[in-house]
Amino acid sequence: MYAFEFERPTTVEDAVKALASEDAQALGGGQTLIPTLKQRLAAPETLVSLGGIAEMKGVCIGDSGEVCIGGATTHATVSGEAGDYPALAELASHIGDPAVRNRGTIGGSLANNDPSACYPAAALGSNATIITNKRDIAADEYFQGMFTTALEEGEIITEVRFPVPEKANYQKFVQPASRFALVGVFVAKYSDGVRVAVTGASEEGVHRWSEAEEALSADFSADAISGLSVPADGLIGDLHGTPEYRAHLVKVLTGRAVTAAA
Amino acid sequence: MTQVSMTVNGKAVSGEVEGRTLLSGFLRDSLNLTGTHVGCDTSQCGACVVHVDGVAVKACTMLAGEAEGTEVTTIEGMANPDGSLSTIQQAFQDHHGLQCGFCTPGMVMSAAALLQDNPNPSETEIREYLEGNICRCTGYHNIVKAIMAAAGQDVSKIAAE
Ligand SMILES: Cc1cc2nc3c(=O)[nH]c(=O)nc-3n(C[C@H](O)[C@H](O)[C@H](O)COP(=O)(O)OP(=O)(O)OC[C@H]3O[C@@H](n4cnc5c(N)ncnc54)[C@H](O)[C@@H]3O)c2cc1C
Ligand code: FES
Ligand code: FES
Repeated sequence: MYAFEFERPTTVEDAVKALASEDAQALGGGQTLIPTLKQRLAAPETLVSLGGIAEMKGVCIGDSGEVCIGGATTHATVSGEAGDYPALAELASHIGDPAVRNRGTIGGSLANNDPSACYPAAALGSNATIITNKRDIAADEYFQGMFTTALEEGEIITEVRFPVPEKANYQKFVQPASRFALVGVFVAKYSDGVRVAVTGASEEGVHRWSEAEEALSADFSADAISGLSVPADGLIGDLHGTPEYRAHLVKVLTGRAVTAAA
Repeated sequence: MTQVSMTVNGKAVSGEVEGRTLLSGFLRDSLNLTGTHVGCDTSQCGACVVHVDGVAVKACTMLAGEAEGTEVTTIEGMANPDGSLSTIQQAFQDHHGLQCGFCTPGMVMSAAALLQDNPNPSETEIREYLEGNICRCTGYHNIVKAIMAAAGQDVSKIAAE
């Protein structure tokens, strides 16, 4: 690791100030950033830890029944305390391993937007609102391609609000070495329609599968998507799976998620 | 350099660290607690697992500065006060849950965290919990068996491997 200064503010306001200095970067749980620093793929002057900011931690229920999660809340806390949105708590309980879940945070995962990460699928599948120190961003506008988001320099995710669906389920096909999703599909049925978000598959990062959403909004059953097929164009191909294999998994996992949710 | 203070295995400690000093480095280099092993650069092997405020974390993936004011327990803090092995450590010895021993500190710390949350885990729950702890020697079988035994389960019918 290159040398850097370390700061640990206790309020969002102080963190925003510290992040305004040149080459300062936020540190969530460090479960992505610290390995990145070890590989010398990043060289911040200052790391500003969000771990000491009490107002950014915890799970609560909002005025319209949505599940609100502080940006510095760990995966372990979401898994234990987001029981009002069971599919979300379940997803959090299968991220990485227990030690990763005790440090890694939802804000860090959404800011990083790894193309194989789990939370982006839940946020897009629920059209969650990403709340920052500056503004509210709908998930549909937030994700902009792999490792790319609507966040600006120094902007902090302070909270994420998930409207709770009638039914939902996340199916993760685990890549056995990294424990990330080789492909993951999040399906959520709301009173006004179904959303299907796919992670791990596309060169564009997390995305919605609109044909499946239409079919499932008309008939919420695995049969409803049996006639659909996912094109392999633009899907990720690597030593773990070809684009065709990933295309196949998207459909199989969507079917499984619908069956498990129904 | 900044000063950090924390409690490690029940003793108040403090020391000078750089911003980039990892908790694993502080424990090993400043406190000479070399039982916490470092087996990878990718946060995947779990040899460095310690408890911070009662929960398992990878000491190689946490800055020492983040541990300011916390209570840390390492493998050196696991033995009984009279120096004899704790139940989990003794079970690893009895059931041959280690060979070279490199992964063992992390395995024991993860096992202790598991049994704290779930005192009577099934074999599947133990295997799932150990997803972040890699062992290149044992094939895991005897580690899982040792943890079942430490939980008070009868493992006499499970074949040795
Ligand atoms: C062994 C292992 C297995 C894993 N398996 C999975 C898995 O199965 N699924 C999965 O989804 N993930 C997995 N992860 C990644 C893990 O979930 C990380 O915790 C997460 O991706 C990053 O969150 P963090 O809090 O650790 O962020 P950090 O590593 O601290 O930061 C990541 C990035 O986000 C920025 N950032 C952090 N917090 C905020 C914030 N509140 N606002 C704005 N920017 C912020 C940082 O500046 C940095 O650029 C795994 C990690 C490891 C080490
Ligand atoms: S040394 Fe490998 S996970 Fe910490
Ligand atoms: S006993 Fe050698 S790595 Fe586990």
